[in-house]
Amino acid sequence: MAVAVTTTSALAPVAGTALHQRVHWSDRVAHVWLVGIALILLAFLAAPLTAILMQAFEGKNREFVGLANFIAYAQTPALLNSLWNSVWVSLAVTFITIPIAFLFAYGLTRSCMRWKPLFRGISLIPLLAPSLLSAISLIYWFGNQGIAKGFMQALGISQIYGAPGIVLAECFAVFPHALMILITALSLADARLYEAAAAMGTSRARKFFTITLPGAKYGLLSAALVTFTLVMTDFGIPKVIGGNFNVLATDVFKLVIGQQDFAKGSVVALLLLLPAVFTFAVDHYVSRRQTAMLTARAVPYRPTPSKGFDRVMLLCCSAVALLMLAMLGMAIFASFASFWPYNLTPSLRHYVLGLVDGEVGEGFVNSLKMAAGTAFFGTLLVFFGAYLLEKTKGAPLLRGPVRMLAMLPMAVPGLVLGLGYIFFFNAPNNPLHGLYQTTALLTLCTIIHFYTTGHLTAVTALKSLDSEFEAVSASLKVPWFRTFWRVTLPICTPAMVDIARYFFVNAMTTISAVVFLYSPDTKVASIAILNLDEAGEIGAAAAMAVMIAAISAVSTGVFMLLARWVDRRTQAWRGGR
Amino acid sequence: MTEHNTSSSYLKLSGVRKEFGAFAALKAIDLEISQGEFVCFLGPSGCGKTTLLRIIAGLETPTAGSIQQGGRDITTAPPAERDYGIVFQSYALFPNLTVADNVAYGLVNRKTPRAEVQRRVEELVKLVGLPGSERKFPGQLSGGQQQRIALARALATSPGLLLLDEPLSALDALERVRLRQEIRALQQKVGVTTIMVTHDQEEALSVADRIVVMNHGVIEQVGNAISVYREPATPFVADFVGKVNVLPGRINAGELNVGQFRLRTEASSRAADGEAKVYLRPEDVLARPVAGGTASFAPDDPCVFDAVIEKIEFLGSFCHVHVASAAFAPHRLTVYLSLNFLTEQALTVGSALRLKLLPERLRVF
Repeated sequence: MAVAVTTTSALAPVAGTALHQRVHWSDRVAHVWLVGIALILLAFLAAPLTAILMQAFEGKNREFVGLANFIAYAQTPALLNSLWNSVWVSLAVTFITIPIAFLFAYGLTRSCMRWKPLFRGISLIPLLAPSLLSAISLIYWFGNQGIAKGFMQALGISQIYGAPGIVLAECFAVFPHALMILITALSLADARLYEAAAAMGTSRARKFFTITLPGAKYGLLSAALVTFTLVMTDFGIPKVIGGNFNVLATDVFKLVIGQQDFAKGSVVALLLLLPAVFTFAVDHYVSRRQTAMLTARAVPYRPTPSKGFDRVMLLCCSAVALLMLAMLGMAIFASFASFWPYNLTPSLRHYVLGLVDGEVGEGFVNSLKMAAGTAFFGTLLVFFGAYLLEKTKGAPLLRGPVRMLAMLPMAVPGLVLGLGYIFFFNAPNNPLHGLYQTTALLTLCTIIHFYTTGHLTAVTALKSLDSEFEAVSASLKVPWFRTFWRVTLPICTPAMVDIARYFFVNAMTTISAVVFLYSPDTKVASIAILNLDEAGEIGAAAAMAVMIAAISAVSTGVFMLLARWVDRRTQAWRGGR
Repeated sequence: MTEHNTSSSYLKLSGVRKEFGAFAALKAIDLEISQGEFVCFLGPSGCGKTTLLRIIAGLETPTAGSIQQGGRDITTAPPAERDYGIVFQSYALFPNLTVADNVAYGLVNRKTPRAEVQRRVEELVKLVGLPGSERKFPGQLSGGQQQRIALARALATSPGLLLLDEPLSALDALERVRLRQEIRALQQKVGVTTIMVTHDQEEALSVADRIVVMNHGVIEQVGNAISVYREPATPFVADFVGKVNVLPGRINAGELNVGQFRLRTEASSRAADGEAKVYLRPEDVLARPVAGGTASFAPDDPCVFDAVIEKIEFLGSFCHVHVASAAFAPHRLTVYLSLNFLTEQALTVGSALRLKLLPERLRVF
């Protein structure tokens, strides 16, 4: 007894400093892994971005020059002109796309129209191909030899090359991104509000303006910001259809690759980073507000059939869907035309030209290698990283920064990331220099570029698991990695397949980040298309873009089958299957 | 450590404090729990009871203090180096594993032979009353059945301590009552020292050997069900456990004054002069008809007073009867009367009653 008393009193003076739990060896293992993830994110995200920042403040001999590069930039009228062009084009696309996407999302979520899954599928088409597919298609519609050129000129637009083409093509390319955000916002509706309004005899229009619109305002804001940022930072479309109309994204490329002016290039890159960071900050704030709005008690809204309204929505959505199909359809049609516009008989000429003479065949092999690598390693990295962050404990000082780094890629346009990679990995004194221009680096860059979406999917899946699994395991003396393997991983495989599909399709279609990083040996298909277009082989470019879309569509199908197979294998425990 | 010490106190908390920033969730908790005891931590939400349980489990680290389990200092030991099984409100069963795999989860890791594991699983599943459910998935079981499996999983490794974190709150009322008795019976059969956290006083009163009533991070009272109910140590305990009439009054030279009512009891004579609050349970007031003659209470008894029924709240076999009495005016009392008594005496709103309070049951704070 006396012993017990003295230990207690001996502890009393320690009361001033908080006690710390001894770290179990299994938690140490988790910390080591977490450090590994942190190092990867530091080397392949933080360091390249820092390299850009440094370039922007350094002179020709790497000396610190303060704001001199920024001042020099502001004194170049041509560059300022591009800034203005980028801003107004992005604004125009935002103001055109958001209302149309809202209407489309409204039809999908709030009406009982027919063929909803079909419309949803069609709306996702732009995600399957590099964004420049729409630009190529527009050239066939409205270009110098376009079939609807006269119609366009009758509307008072003299030529498609330049702002009109960019705006139209971007509207198509960003549509699914805006649509997905708006669908989410509109499905987060509480039916009880509508029932209460109906009980008070509120008109449909009044319900729309007092319940629907306020409920979707965060979604609208977020969709608008995402649209603006995507257009600001897109490279493929202005490159193909921009003509002499310069924007920031093409400027970066010209400055860095054409003129080797790294300092000005990084200034422009920082300008591109601004709207993205702003969007990211607003989106972060907004998503917190939006989840707070919908309580667990809310009853999901289910639309009721209404003949007239459903018919109007069907008409509107059909019109949008037809436009989207026209965009893809023209690219497909033109890719098979023997000699546009004189001989439209179908042939595989462009495909042969692209695959064999244009050496895009090799590009496809590289693309598939990169996409497979991105999907495989990216999913592992992202999921394991998210697991370590969410489900293991200890090392609090490491968690905050790693979490931030995991969210950061969302705010970094691909072009900026790619530029950072040049600056960082091309530096001869960098021990990782050997990676430069390899497929491995292209893969890593793509993983980082699309990291955040995968990370958020993984976090959502992990958060839906009971937070006490790890506590129970520890009480049963089972180390976390065993529970990870036996419980967490099997439950989360559907989410992992989802992440892998996202990585794969994006790796197939991405241009912006990898355009700075390829060598002739590691050139991927999407870049090869850009080169074909530059060489004036627009038919072959169209053919190859269509092929990427086809591969993406097929692989999406494969992933869906895989998901179903995985579901049957690992999700038997879910009732009713 | 003497033999006596280890057997009398299996778990010993000394000066356990927990601070979250400036907020003190637990303030210097001292508590000893004996081997084989069933203890309930009872208190309103935010009183620190769950935090205390999580500290014992090693899921939180105390800011200061020490914890000893079976004579071993576990204050800073990680959960994996402690000896306990735990059951959460959410069951936390692994949904993709069968009942048998769930129960065997902690056994498999200890390199127990497979036949032995299977035997133990069978035994445990039978113990919690669900034999034959080994191949089912948790999703195919009801909430109560899932909680039984969670209990079996926690007991599988024969831990020295069983921690139950509001294990019954996710269940419906009937299942809750049934399962709490099962848990108690199981605990007595296995003899494992058990701590259950609950905010439900009825649950605590019905199963615990001892109840630890907590509020605002301090222990208000430790005692068995009867003593916590009949002899609450603080106004909080009197108020939180069971229903009680709280009457503001005064102590005047050892005499209790509430309204016109004057009484000298053991409690009042011990209390210091000045403002006082009187706590009287509704069942500690007996009722008779006023015109009962000798069958009624003697009107000169200082504990007896007349009252008029103002409201009757029907609750089944018993009713909450709100009465007004000139003696206690302006304060009103609630008393429990059986439905039979009310019908027999034809008592309705407005009827007169003669009431007698039990002076030894009065608490004065």
